[in-house]
This record gives sequence, structure tokens and C-alpha cells, in this order.
Amino acid sequence: MASTEDPPGRTTGAPLQGRSRLGDRLFAGWTGAIALGLIVLLAGLLVVLSAGGWRVFRAFGPGFFVGTDWNPVGGRESFGALPFIFGTLVTSAIAVVLAGPIAVGLALLLNEVRGWIRNPLASFVDLLAAIPSVVYGLWGLFVLKPLFDRTIEPALQATLGKVPVLGAVFRGNVNGPDLFTAGVILAVMILPIVTAVSREVVAVVPRDLREAALAVGATRYEAIRMAVLPYARSGIVGATMLGLGRALGETIAVSMVVGNVPKIGTSVFEAGATIPSWIASSFREATSVGLHRSALLALAVVLVMLAFVLAVASRLLVRRTERLLAGRTVERPATSVVAL
Amino acid sequence: MIAETSRPVFRVAGRRRVKDRAFTVFLWACAIMAMIPLAFITFYVVSRGYRALSVSFFTKVPAGPLDPQAGGIAQAFIGSGLIVGLAALFSIPLGISTAVYLAEYGRGRFAGAVRLVAEVLLSTPSIVAGAFIWAVVVIAMKRFSALAGALSLTVLMWPVIARATEEVLRLVPQELREAALALGVPRWKVIVRVVVPTAGAGIVTAVMLAVARGLGETAPILLTALGNDFINTNPLQPTDAVPLRVYAYARTPVEALHSFAWGGALMLLVTVLVLSIGARALSSRQQKRIA
Repeated sequence: MASTEDPPGRTTGAPLQGRSRLGDRLFAGWTGAIALGLIVLLAGLLVVLSAGGWRVFRAFGPGFFVGTDWNPVGGRESFGALPFIFGTLVTSAIAVVLAGPIAVGLALLLNEVRGWIRNPLASFVDLLAAIPSVVYGLWGLFVLKPLFDRTIEPALQATLGKVPVLGAVFRGNVNGPDLFTAGVILAVMILPIVTAVSREVVAVVPRDLREAALAVGATRYEAIRMAVLPYARSGIVGATMLGLGRALGETIAVSMVVGNVPKIGTSVFEAGATIPSWIASSFREATSVGLHRSALLALAVVLVMLAFVLAVASRLLVRRTERLLAGRTVERPATSVVAL
Repeated sequence: MIAETSRPVFRVAGRRRVKDRAFTVFLWACAIMAMIPLAFITFYVVSRGYRALSVSFFTKVPAGPLDPQAGGIAQAFIGSGLIVGLAALFSIPLGISTAVYLAEYGRGRFAGAVRLVAEVLLSTPSIVAGAFIWAVVVIAMKRFSALAGALSLTVLMWPVIARATEEVLRLVPQELREAALALGVPRWKVIVRVVVPTAGAGIVTAVMLAVARGLGETAPILLTALGNDFINTNPLQPTDAVPLRVYAYARTPVEALHSFAWGGALMLLVTVLVLSIGARALSSRQQKRIA
């Protein structure tokens, strides 16, 4: 997606005269001003959210990030974001753990297979990205949640729940909304983006390396493990981080299955709340009195920061892989629409 | 033997062979695991959604609590059209102008900064766009409105159109620009009359993708347009939208309304998939034509 080369339209010709030249300058100035508008938009967004959240940051200081009590009732106001940060991280971590390996496997497969199956397979995965969040939520609430409550979660409890230390994470009542179901839905939602970016990274690994490995008698698995993965590793980590960033910000689908209870449980089968789900479920009660509005905007600031850090880090990692292999590129898939 | 095939050249046996086979099975298992949810979701949305579809579903507004099934969600369809229509009205000119700047003039630090900002905005959680417009427009105007909803979608759609359009403008062959410039046509006219029309189908693709995204978004318009039980065409009043209605009906305890939620989800899914598949077909045709 990098485009650092000179724009194709730039040519140096004889100077144009009179009106055309003025027209050119006006046109360039006008489009440039709108491009500048995009920067102004981002700056405005950051300023507005930070200014809105400022009162809460000033009133609670670092306590806002580690506090566990959330009470907007006047006189007893207390705002601690930890339960939401916890819920966001737990659901996103579940999503990445489940979607990561599948996405990488799929990216490797799409890089290996030839023939008619490849394009439909890639398109179907991309279609998952087009499904609206609220449709995922509806399906999660009425189809996945009952299935999980009755079958999958008891089964997990009976198996993984018996493991000594790890088991504690799977204890508790399997009924009702929980972090686990939210994490599984998020896994499906981030699968396309992680696959698309991993695929881009895997595709820039030079084909000759792989073929050299095959030529000296490696199996396909050995060729991938020794000649493809070492080069693609940092890019794959970047792709996963991009997926993590998407998972953190997902609102509606999570909000429909997670329960929206601000608490920190010990089990993934307990209800919880994430930063976006909490903003969506409580903005209506936030009035101009007190700090409630400011506290919600402060939550949005935390979310923006998390998402930006992940987006930048993942871009750097993906770019590093691409630069590492620059000049040796043999074949690259067109930038997938979901990777935009 | 020449290693032009991607299959192993020598016969391998024992553990290495088993590992290789196991790995191949794992890769195909990943593909199947990825297909399951798509099939599963489509099946449920279609099989439960089509039952809700009736004439009144499209033409009536929600009925009272006594007979919820007599109503419809006409106000949501009209509201979605109003909000996404306004958002497209704002974001299409903004996005295309930004793309023209980046592809035709953009160079150096400023253009790099604009591209970086576009990427950052693309990875911004959609609810953040909603919270931003909520803080700026809704709280200032003291009311939720279709206009605020459209503005929050503009924050999301502008960078999508800008980046996707920039990519297609770059595909326009340099010779076309040079030929027009050689005839003495001013640069701006070359861009408006030659470059943009050549990239036309690609730009339409970019717009379709952005509109598909805008139609499906729930969180930002929940915070800005809020929803409405009646038909509203005034951009300055709270307005309903299909995703908002699905979200609201999914959370009521009324069974009859759950069916409406599935019906709304079906309409959303069909529209969004048609737009995405159409965009995909259009862009692959365009690429073939330019190449």
C-alpha cells in the first residue's frame, strides 16, 4: 500500500500561459485544501475528545485508569475505567488467539494453491468483512449464544476446566451473556483483515527461496517453515496486531452478547463490558450535569489511543517485512478491499 | 528434475511425510473453519428473515404494543436512505478531491502526512467517530439528528473513498495524461476530462464500498441519529435507520419483534453483499480493461 514514488501526473513541460495557469493553481489549491481538511478532521477529533475527557482526567488522575468503580449518580460520582479496559482486552485477546492461526493458515493456503479454488476462497473470506456488525450481533445473540450456553461452554468446562491453573478461567455459570461468546464473534469479524494482510506479507516472500528449499528435497511443510515463515514473521505479527486493533473498537456485536456489566470476573464465562459497548449502552443517560459525559469521552480517548498505537505498530511491522524483501518481489496480490 | 512445480521433487517417507500431510490437512481445515460462519450466518439470516417480509413491513411504521405484527419498519428504510444519502453527498466530493490531490499533485511531506492521516482514520473505531460527532454536533445542538448521523458516517467514508480512489487514479496510464498535455490542454482539464473519466468505474467501486460500509454501521449513528418510531425526512430531527431498528428489536423481549429484527438484518445483508460483490466485479473488469 506504500506509495512513495512520484505521482504519475507530474511532468515538467513548457510553462503554461495566462488563464490555464491560474486555473491550474486554483485546482491544485482547492484539492490540496480538501486534503488538508482530512488532517484537520483528525486533529479536531483528537482535540474534541481530549478536551471533553479532560475534566475527568483532572478529577481522577491516574485513578481513572485503575479505578474499578463506575457510578454516575450525582454526589457519589466515581469513574474508574479498569473493568472496561479489562473486558476490551480479554475479548480481543480471545479473538486474536482464535482467529490468528486460522488466518495465517488461510493466507499460506491461498499462497500455495493454484487453480480455480483460489479466487472464490479469497472472495468468500472477504465477504465476511462486508457483513454489518449488527447482523453478527443478532446471529450471536439468537444462534451462537444458546449453542454456547448449552453445548460448547459446558464441554469446555468439562475438559479445559479440569486443567490445574488454566482451569479457573473456564469455571462458573455457563448461562447468560459472557466475554467468551463476544470473543468468538470478534474472531470471525477480524478473520478477513488478518487473512488479507498476512496474505500480502506472505506473497512478498520471494518464490525462489521456496523453490530452492523444494529443490533440495524439502517437503512443502518444511519449505514453508524454513523459507517462508522466517521472512514473513514480523509482518504476520503486524497483521495480527491490526486485527487486535479492529477487535478493540468493535461495538454493536459485542454489546449484544457481552452483558454490559462493569465488573472484573475471573472466568471468561462471566458477563462483562468493553469500552465501546459501555459507551454505546450508557450515552443516553449522560446529561450535562456532573462528569458523566466527560467520563464517556475519556473512555473514547483511551480507545483511540489503544487503536492508534496498534495501527501504527502493525503498519511499521508490515512495512519492515516488505522493505526487507524489497526488490525481490515476484508476485503481489492487488491490495484487498478489506485491507483498506 | 526441474523445480518448476510447487510439489516436493523427491519422494519422502516416514515422519517428514506425516508432518507434511498433517500440515496440508491443517491448511484446508483453516479454510473450512473460515467458511463455516459465513454459511451459518447467511443460512440463519435468510431462513428467519424472509418470514418477516410483507407489504406492511416495508410500508408501515411500528404499530402499538397490542399488535406489533401489524406494523413495519418503513421509517427505518427512509431514515437509512436519508442518513447515508447525506453522508454520500458530503464524502464523495471530499474523498475524490483528496484522492485527486494525492495522485496528481501530492508529493513530499504534506502528501505523506495526508496518507498517514487517512490510514489512521481508517483504523479508527467507528464508535469514536460517533462519540466525536456526539460531542461536537449533538451536544451543541441539543438534539440528535440525521445530519449528525451523516456527519459521523462522513468521518468514516471520506478516508475510504480517498484511499481507494487514489489507487485507481494511479492505474490510469501515464501516456493518456501526456497525450492530452501535449495538445496544450491545461493540467486541471486533463484531470477532470481525461484522468477521472478513465478511472470512472474504479471510482464508482470505491464509492460503492464506502456506501456499503455506511449502510451497515450502527454504533456511530446510534450516538448521533438515535432512532425514531415515525417517518422523518427533516435532517435536523432524530431519525431511524435499519441497523438501529435491528439493534433495538433484538433487545426487546417481544417475540414478534425479533422476527422484524431478522427481516431488517436480511435486507441489510442483501444490500451490503450486492454492493460489495458488484464493486468487486466492477473493479476486476476495470483492471482487465486497463491492463
